[in-house]
Amino acid sequence: MSRIYLDHNATTPVRPEVLDAMLPYFREHYGNASSAHAFGQEARGALEDARTQVAALLNASPGEIVFTSGGTEADNLAVLGAARALAPKGRHLVCSAIEHDAVRQAHEALARQGFEVSWVRPGPDGRVDPAAVGAALRADTILVSVMATNNETGVVQPAAEIGALCAARGVAFHVDAVQAAGKIPVDVAAWRASSAAIAGHKIYGPKGVGALFVRRGHRPEPLQVGGDHEKGRRAGTENVPGAVGLGRACELALAELPEVPPRLARLRDRMEAELLARVPRVVRHGEGALRAANTSLLSFLGVEGEHLVLSLDVQGIAASSGAACKAGSSHASHVLLAMGVPPEVAQTAVRLSLGRGTTDAEIDRVIAVLPREVEKLRAVSPTYAP
Amino acid sequence: MEPTVPAVRGPVLVAMSGGVDSAVAAALLAEEGHEVIGVTMKLWCYAEGPAPSRGCCTLEAIDDARAVARRMGFRHYVLDLEDTFRDHVLEDFVGEYLRGRTPNPCVQCNNWLKFGELVRRADALGCASVATGHYARRGSDAAGGATLLRAADPGKDQSYVLWGLAQPVLRRALFPLGGMTKEEVRAKARALGLSVAGKRESQDICFVEGRSYPQFLAERFPDRVRASRRGEIRDGAGRLLGAHEGIHAFTVGQRRGVPVATGERVYVTAIDPASGRVTVGREEALYARTARLSRVSYPSGEAPGGALRGRGKIRYLHEPSPATLEPEGPDAARVVFDEPQRAITPGQSLVLYDGDRVAAGGVIESAS
Repeated sequence: MSRIYLDHNATTPVRPEVLDAMLPYFREHYGNASSAHAFGQEARGALEDARTQVAALLNASPGEIVFTSGGTEADNLAVLGAARALAPKGRHLVCSAIEHDAVRQAHEALARQGFEVSWVRPGPDGRVDPAAVGAALRADTILVSVMATNNETGVVQPAAEIGALCAARGVAFHVDAVQAAGKIPVDVAAWRASSAAIAGHKIYGPKGVGALFVRRGHRPEPLQVGGDHEKGRRAGTENVPGAVGLGRACELALAELPEVPPRLARLRDRMEAELLARVPRVVRHGEGALRAANTSLLSFLGVEGEHLVLSLDVQGIAASSGAACKAGSSHASHVLLAMGVPPEVAQTAVRLSLGRGTTDAEIDRVIAVLPREVEKLRAVSPTYAP
Repeated sequence: MEPTVPAVRGPVLVAMSGGVDSAVAAALLAEEGHEVIGVTMKLWCYAEGPAPSRGCCTLEAIDDARAVARRMGFRHYVLDLEDTFRDHVLEDFVGEYLRGRTPNPCVQCNNWLKFGELVRRADALGCASVATGHYARRGSDAAGGATLLRAADPGKDQSYVLWGLAQPVLRRALFPLGGMTKEEVRAKARALGLSVAGKRESQDICFVEGRSYPQFLAERFPDRVRASRRGEIRDGAGRLLGAHEGIHAFTVGQRRGVPVATGERVYVTAIDPASGRVTVGREEALYARTARLSRVSYPSGEAPGGALRGRGKIRYLHEPSPATLEPEGPDAARVVFDEPQRAITPGQSLVLYDGDRVAAGGVIESAS
């Protein structure tokens, strides 16, 4: 049985072009980018080319790109680093209630350290209202964090409007663009972002590498010390093959932006329309909002998302319940709960996230298999009454 | 095996605790060529409250089960059942102690959580059969029904904790270790190169591990324990001997920890939850012949027309003793032993064996 991968928001396969670009930097050009000799210079050159490619995807200058070990580190650096650097100006932070844990838990850590955090909830459609962010701003606010698109719902957030509000008030603005890259235009200039995070493995690049855009003049305090790599913004020998892979992945993502997302939107919309027509009692999350083209978050009422994911896996279809299984927490997604979705509905959510390799035939198979599996699970569900 | 007990077809869903027994059970099925899907039920929360370091349900146990599945090349999933476990097993455990009874949470967990959930998941995943690493055997009777039998290794037999399995569940259940000894299971685990081969055996109830029950209850349910019924300690003749700090700390048959000094060995002979009175007496006072049972279950699926003769077992480490069970309505019964038995304890299970076969089981309500 051939397997179908519909969990591209979790991670993506490395593109052959990306891997080809990386391999020479493991084998021949293995120099340390900080070394003065020819080996070092080759590595340094590749690193700077990659920086240019990343900057192009983000509409930034190469000097504003800091390579990191991934999206989580980039988000951590942006939030923790900015808060520490800006603490003399104030100790109030504004954060959306739908952020990824990399941002959310950074704020929770700061709250334990004496910072005050205002959490801004989205509307029922999953979109954060810029006016709600504006209302949360105070004289001592130093940082606002709102992601560009949500990883679970795919809902596109009004980054440019929020950025304008922040700029007018002189407040730093961090955008987690990890899920947005390759799906919508990532434009840190239009967003007036102070910082923006991306990760290689979400855009057909390697795992273990990411980047943080840091606007010129904005100076988050480094989290890692031990050298003046990345202009003192992130110590540690540069991951040259990783950066090269990330750079190439950014270049390809930018080139394909006019073509891939519209095609995925057609596939996704067809899939959703068929599933909604074939299965009774389905809720589409993010209804009415603009969503990333590849993402579909559906609740099949009465069926635990976790259970449907297992059944689909046995059928060779990889999806995600989007619900983190954490000790002591409720099993429903914090994103859906923040949107006001009742817990019993939130627990039934399943995320199908398409990718550039997704085909019509694969979607046909999902349309054929998923309703059957839902029916089986509903037949044994203690909570489902048709 | 009679043909009327369905043969294995399709994938088998195997409950894997992370221990060596269920690992070998799953591995044996995989070796026999069955498509195996392993599941580990996450039952007990580690982050909140006092956590056991190595219980059957720790995160490490999940990793162990996953490693076995990877080694044997089958799928493995984690089922998060913490809420269900808390509501149905932990709640019962604390509630029973506060009612002055002595629960068996493994019985509660197997019969009203594990197998039910396993069969439910099996239906959804298209598995006709489910399997566990219990030491028990399944047979079939003359009418073609499935029977629950003692394991070949009498020292490891776990049929006692499975008495509540209903016929529809039993028909689908496989116990691959039923004919093996623990040594054979360990040897098999080593031969297969399973990482859990040398894993220490857990003797305690998984969530209590390493602590006394009163200590566990006090740590995990401090508010409930504070409200535990206090009362007097009296002897069989009604003489006041002392006072105690809550009935949850007592079990019928217990000797240690009874706060009275009478100069002779005294045992808890009765606990009255209404008055909070704990009665103590000499060892002879622990003996009784009759037990009244609730929640009575007959694995055959049919209540008998009249009295059943067999051997009754009143706790996990009790040597079964000749007894007669008389049904009293559909799910209650009275069991009379031929000889008085020591400490027939309310809350514990009584299982009636007909030879190796589990004929009936129930929860002890009272002894006389």
